[in-house]
Parts: sequence; structure tokens; C-alpha cells
Amino acid sequence: MSTRPFAGLKVIEYGEYISAPYCTRLLAGLGADVIKVEKAGGDEARVNGPFPKDIPHPEKSGLYLSLNANKKGVTLNLEKPQGKDVFKKLIANADVLVENNIRGYMDGLGLGYDVLKAINPKLVMVSITPFGQTGPYKDWKAYHINSCGAGGMSIGTGDPAREPLTMPLSQGGYEAGLSAATGILAALLAREKTGKGQFIDISEVEVWATTHAGQYVLTFLYRGITGIRRGTHGPQVYPCEIFPCKDGYVSLIAPQIEQWLRFVEVLGTPEWTKEPRYRNRRAMAEDYPDEVNALIIPWMMARTKEEIMKLCQDKRVPCVPIYDIAEVVNHRQIKAMDFFVELDHPAAGKLKYAKGPCTFEKTDWQWQTSAPLLGQDNEKVYCEQLGYTQKELAGLKKSGVI
Amino acid sequence: MQSLEGYRLLDFGTALAGPQVGQLLADLGMEVIKIETRIKPDGLRLGRPIVGDDIAGGDDGKWLDMQPMFHVTNRNKLSFTINLKQPGAMDVFTKLVKISDVVLDNSSPGVMGRLGLAQADLEKIKKDIISVSLSGCGEIGPLKDTLVYAPLIIALGGLEGLLGYYGDTLPMNLAPGYGDTNASMHGAFAVLAALWHREKTGEGQHVTLAESYAVTNLIGEAIMDYNMNGRIQGLQGNRHPVLCPHGNYPCQGDDKWVSIAVDTEEEWKNLCKGLGAPQWLADKRFADKAARRQHWEELDKLIAAKTMNYGMYDISEILQKVNVAATPVMNCEDQFSDPHFREREVNVEIQHPIIGTEYVYNNPMRLSDMPPTIRRPAPSIGEHNDYVLKDLLGYSTEQVADLVAQKIIL
Repeated sequence: MSTRPFAGLKVIEYGEYISAPYCTRLLAGLGADVIKVEKAGGDEARVNGPFPKDIPHPEKSGLYLSLNANKKGVTLNLEKPQGKDVFKKLIANADVLVENNIRGYMDGLGLGYDVLKAINPKLVMVSITPFGQTGPYKDWKAYHINSCGAGGMSIGTGDPAREPLTMPLSQGGYEAGLSAATGILAALLAREKTGKGQFIDISEVEVWATTHAGQYVLTFLYRGITGIRRGTHGPQVYPCEIFPCKDGYVSLIAPQIEQWLRFVEVLGTPEWTKEPRYRNRRAMAEDYPDEVNALIIPWMMARTKEEIMKLCQDKRVPCVPIYDIAEVVNHRQIKAMDFFVELDHPAAGKLKYAKGPCTFEKTDWQWQTSAPLLGQDNEKVYCEQLGYTQKELAGLKKSGVI
Repeated sequence: MQSLEGYRLLDFGTALAGPQVGQLLADLGMEVIKIETRIKPDGLRLGRPIVGDDIAGGDDGKWLDMQPMFHVTNRNKLSFTINLKQPGAMDVFTKLVKISDVVLDNSSPGVMGRLGLAQADLEKIKKDIISVSLSGCGEIGPLKDTLVYAPLIIALGGLEGLLGYYGDTLPMNLAPGYGDTNASMHGAFAVLAALWHREKTGEGQHVTLAESYAVTNLIGEAIMDYNMNGRIQGLQGNRHPVLCPHGNYPCQGDDKWVSIAVDTEEEWKNLCKGLGAPQWLADKRFADKAARRQHWEELDKLIAAKTMNYGMYDISEILQKVNVAATPVMNCEDQFSDPHFREREVNVEIQHPIIGTEYVYNNPMRLSDMPPTIRRPAPSIGEHNDYVLKDLLGYSTEQVADLVAQKIIL
């Protein structure tokens, strides 16, 4: 295997929960030297489960563990003047700083981009916030459900008679972190030519409102459609449906007419499919999807999701099972892809971790160390890298700086 | 100068997942050349345009260039129409590969190979070429040929099984095409990571992105719960593992909602104050986080009874003033006219030669010195054939005419 793509790249993460940690996870898995700087109590994710046997423990949070492998962990109190000095020393040597504190927090500490850029003009700094650095809502507080809602991801999802549904498991944090990591790489490639870093403003709401839900603004502008919830149905063309079957649910969609005709064949071309009422796919989707589903459900209920998938996919009809977590984790495809890697953590023990979102032929993800214990690398980073003596380190500890 | 100026990507993407990769990178200055033909254009060029009948042109061959959805994911790109199946076409295309950095596709596994454009073929043309392929389940394994679209991607990947009302078993359809858009964002990351590696080592490579499992990558909490406790998490509803209350609550108006989330005790106190319900603070059912979680449904009902007296913007502002996370649940109309989104140009007005004024959503990566820009509308089909053939590859006008006559360019 060749050298890892980001070997030698020095990244400082001063963030918590999901967005900043996912951003640096992407870089750490491809070889970047990531130093995770935690506040005294540690990353907020440490209090989030799941925990083994549901017993909370700051070193055993499944969320924290899954996001922070391959990183070095240090503690630092940036509210103290000495803490700021230590942080500036870290920055002087760094290529990238990723943070997801509330807007203005770094400036308030005297550690805003202008200050840090003066120390290190090559620094690429990313700030991830809900609404971004400018605009009327720049200081609005928002958790995942808020950014998902304002970002346009919730309003169209769920039962029309009930409340809109947010995306499961804080997807917004992951998507904001991913945008941050991609922006960092663009800035680093530009830096190869200019020698200068840039500041990157990532708004979690905006990530949703552009890349993921931005296309719906078009249906509003040109059709006046604002997107009502459709439950288990999809819009425009039948079928885009979730069907119950013998042992669970399947998801089926046939945007192309040929795909629908082939599905009708899979069903055995029942008489009803010849009626004009069931040939108008637009009306079927918009006006009476439940009626059509009722004609199909008995066929589905007589079969398992794997049988349905095979019957459909063999005829090139897009239909797959809706898998639960156990079915995903144990799937023969996941095994063939070598999707998980096992890491041993001193507190949480051996666990399986997702390798990464894609596969690089020559420089694939390598996971060598599990997530850091709180402050585990203080000595390594502060003494070996920054040159503090053991005595000074003890002093920093005593005064609550680390 | 633009952040990614100087890099060239040949874009075989169709529909949403593939083209949005090139779009994200083109916004940052990469030269993205869309490879298509008039016989097999990008699927999003097809069909009756949603812009309606009043647009001049009707169906006199202009429909291919009248699709707003296509325009969004293909702005800033160039279009080159070359039929690679025509004898002689590969001689032309080889010249283009020689001066390019990345080849991107989201075809079914094997399609690029049959065109003679697998990584091994491309490397013979240009040793350090990078190819990035997006597909539903990747290029190996029993599901590699599975036909999927966005809703099926999240079903295979494990996200759909978590999406629905808490306590139910029936999953709900996710309206946005997240399976595709998540793949495209990870695809853009993969392109740049491979380019960085090439800058450092001179080495090209192939990158595979399995769209379904790019989603699985983002449900680590649920996977860990299964690993640690053998628990299979079900439909999540609007509940959060730690925060409570945490939900979308009704407001005045038709289908108007506010999302409210509370983490700390201070936020809880502020919420009670902001909603004019100080009595909740003395209510034993809501004494702390654990108690509130136990009485989740009762609390949701009480909050809903308060929020329904306000407009979704008004209650958001009231609660934000007392430092509670509350935002309107916006639909696309709200987003289009929202003052914050306007100021930050979340939707950008551009001019298209046929449509006239149109809007495209902006790029979420706001770089300070070299920000993403929208420099040109999506290309009409074959608009840049002359640029590619003459300016980039040095063909003469006569040679170009000959390529057209041979139906290599069409």
C-alpha cells in the first residue's frame, strides 16, 4: 500500500459532538495527524450513548468512539491566558483548524481567524455553525432537528396528518462535517499554488438547503408545489412506495415506464393492470396510491423481502428490502466489501467500526488507534511536539490549563 | 483565481448523484466537461420541462436545454457531445483524457469498462489519471448489480429502517433524494482526496463509492448500539437519545411548524419562560431530563398547545431571544423568501439563454478568498464542442466538420 494521502498533514480539531469530529474523521482515516483538543469535561458526545449495557461512561460512548479513531487527544482550557498561548503554539505548526463552537466564540477568546492567520498565514480554518457567520439568524441556536427543519429536510417527510419528521441520528452534523472536509481539501489544493490559507464558513442549515433540499425550490418556483408529506408514497409517478411484505417492508420505485411494465410482469400481469385507471401513473401517484397499493399488497404479503428483491431485480425492477441495523451489519454485501474494521479500545474493548464512505484503490482508509481517552496524549503533544518540559506540564495541570 | 482552477474533470454523470459531484467542484473553479450525446443525453435533460407551455420554443428541439433541474446540477460546466461507440471516437477522446485529471461516472458497474474506460484503460492513456465511480452497492460483492434509486439506497444502507414515527413499525418515505445527494458530497470529497494524493506522490488511482454504504457510514450510533448491546434500533421519530423536549410542534397557519430542542436545564427553564408556562418548572413529571423523557408524550402535547397560538417565525424569535433552539420548519417557499437565506444568497439568480431568469441553489462551501461562484448557466447540449475540439485539442474547422460528418461528434 502506498503512503496515505494526508500523511504529514497537521490538523487541529477544537470541536465536539458530530460535525467537526466527522470532518476530521475523514482526514484522520486517510492519514492526517489530527490532534483533538477537548475542554475540561471533554467532547459533549462522551455523554451520548449508546453505552455498553446502557451504563453511561465518558470513555465508552458509542457516538464518541465511532467518530474519533486515529486521533490524538489533548485537554486544554482556552479561557485561561496560558491555554491560549499553548493553543497558538499548536496553530503555528498546523495546516488546518476545524471548530464547531457557537459563532463568535473563537473571536471572543481572541483566537479568531484574523489572529490565527497572523501567526500562521498558511492556516486553513473552518467554522461550522447552524446558520453561518453572517445574516439575520447568525446567532440563532440550533440542534440537529432545528437545522433539518430550517434546511427543508423535514416538511415533506412523514404522514400528512401528523407532524413532519426529522432525519434520523443527527445526519446534519455528518453532512456539515463532510462539506467542511471537502472545503478544506479545496483550500489546501489552492494553497499549493498561493501559499495562503483561507477561512471556510460552513452553515449546517445551508448544507441542507442547497445540496440536499435545494432542488425543491424549483418545484415551488415553476409549479407552485411546496411539498406536502406523502407518508409511504412518493410524488409525481407511481410507484415510489414502501410496501409491507411477509417479514418486513420493501421499497420500490419505477420512474421509467419500462420498469413499471416489467413490474407488472413480475406480478403476473393481473387483470387490473390492464384497466385505464391503473395505467395513468401520474394520477395513481397523486390521487389514489393507497387504492393501487391495496391491489399489490396481497402479492407482497405472500413473499419475503429477499424473495421480492430477487423477483424484481432479476427483471431489472428497482426494489429492495428495508433492512434493519442487524440485517445491514450482517449482510453478505457488507462482508464482501470488508466494510468494518475491528479496533480495541482500553475502556470499551473490541468493537467494529465503519471503514469509510468510499474505497480508494491505492490509499484506502487505515484505522490504527481507537478514540483517545480524555487527555491521553497531553504529554506526547505538549512535551514532545511543543517542547514543554515535564515540570512545565505539571504546572499547566496544576493551574487547570490542561 | 479560483480554488480548483487548473484541474479538469470529464463528467459522465447522469441524473443527480453523479452530476452534483462535478457541480460542487465546478463552483470552486474546476473545469468540468460533461460528456454526453444527443442520442443519450443526461437523463435530467429528458421529458417535458416543468417551466410550462408559455416558454418560447415549445418542443422544437429545445426541451433538452429547458430543464431547471438539469440546470441546477450542471451550472458552470461545459458540454461536449461525443459518441464513444462510433469508430474513430476513441482517438479523439484519448487526446482529451491526456489533458484531464479526473474521470467521473455514476453508471452501473461494468459500463465504463465496456466503453474501454476502466482505470486500467485510462492509465494506458495517462498514467496518473484518477477515476471516481459512484454506484448503488459498489463494484464487488453479491449486490453489485442491484438497480437502485435514492429511496432504495437508504433502505439498503440502514437509514430508512430508522425513519418513521416513534413506536410505529411502518417506515415513512424520505422526501429529499438523500441517498443520491449524500453520495455526491462524498464523491466530491473523494475526488479532492485523490487529487491531493496525486499532488504529493504523482500517483493516480480508482475510487469506488457505494452509495448505499456511504449512508451506512453515517449511522454509527445505531451500529454501535447493536455491537455493544445487540439492540436493533427502530423508528426514531423526532426523538433524540439525550435531548428532551425535541420535536416539531404546530403553529398558526396551514402546515406550519416550529422545531424545538432542549438540552440543558437552563434551556428547559428558558423554554418554560418563553412559552409562558412557569408552572411546568414545578411539575414533578418534568423535574429533570430523565423525568421529561419518561413523560415525553404529555410534554409534547403541552408544548403543542402553546406553540399553536403563534406564527412559526414569531415563536422562533421569542424562544431564540431566551436562548432556546427553535426554528421554523421551512418549506421551499419559506426558504426562497427567507431574509437570512436571501442575505446569504442560498438561491442565486442567474440568466439562462432560453429560460431567462432562473434560480439555482448555491454551493455550501463558503471559502473566504476564493469562494465558489456561479459563472455560467448549464450548457446547452454540445455547446462547447468547438472549445474542446479546437481550443483544447487543436483540431481545425475542417477536421471538426469531418468528425461531425462521421457522427463521432453529435
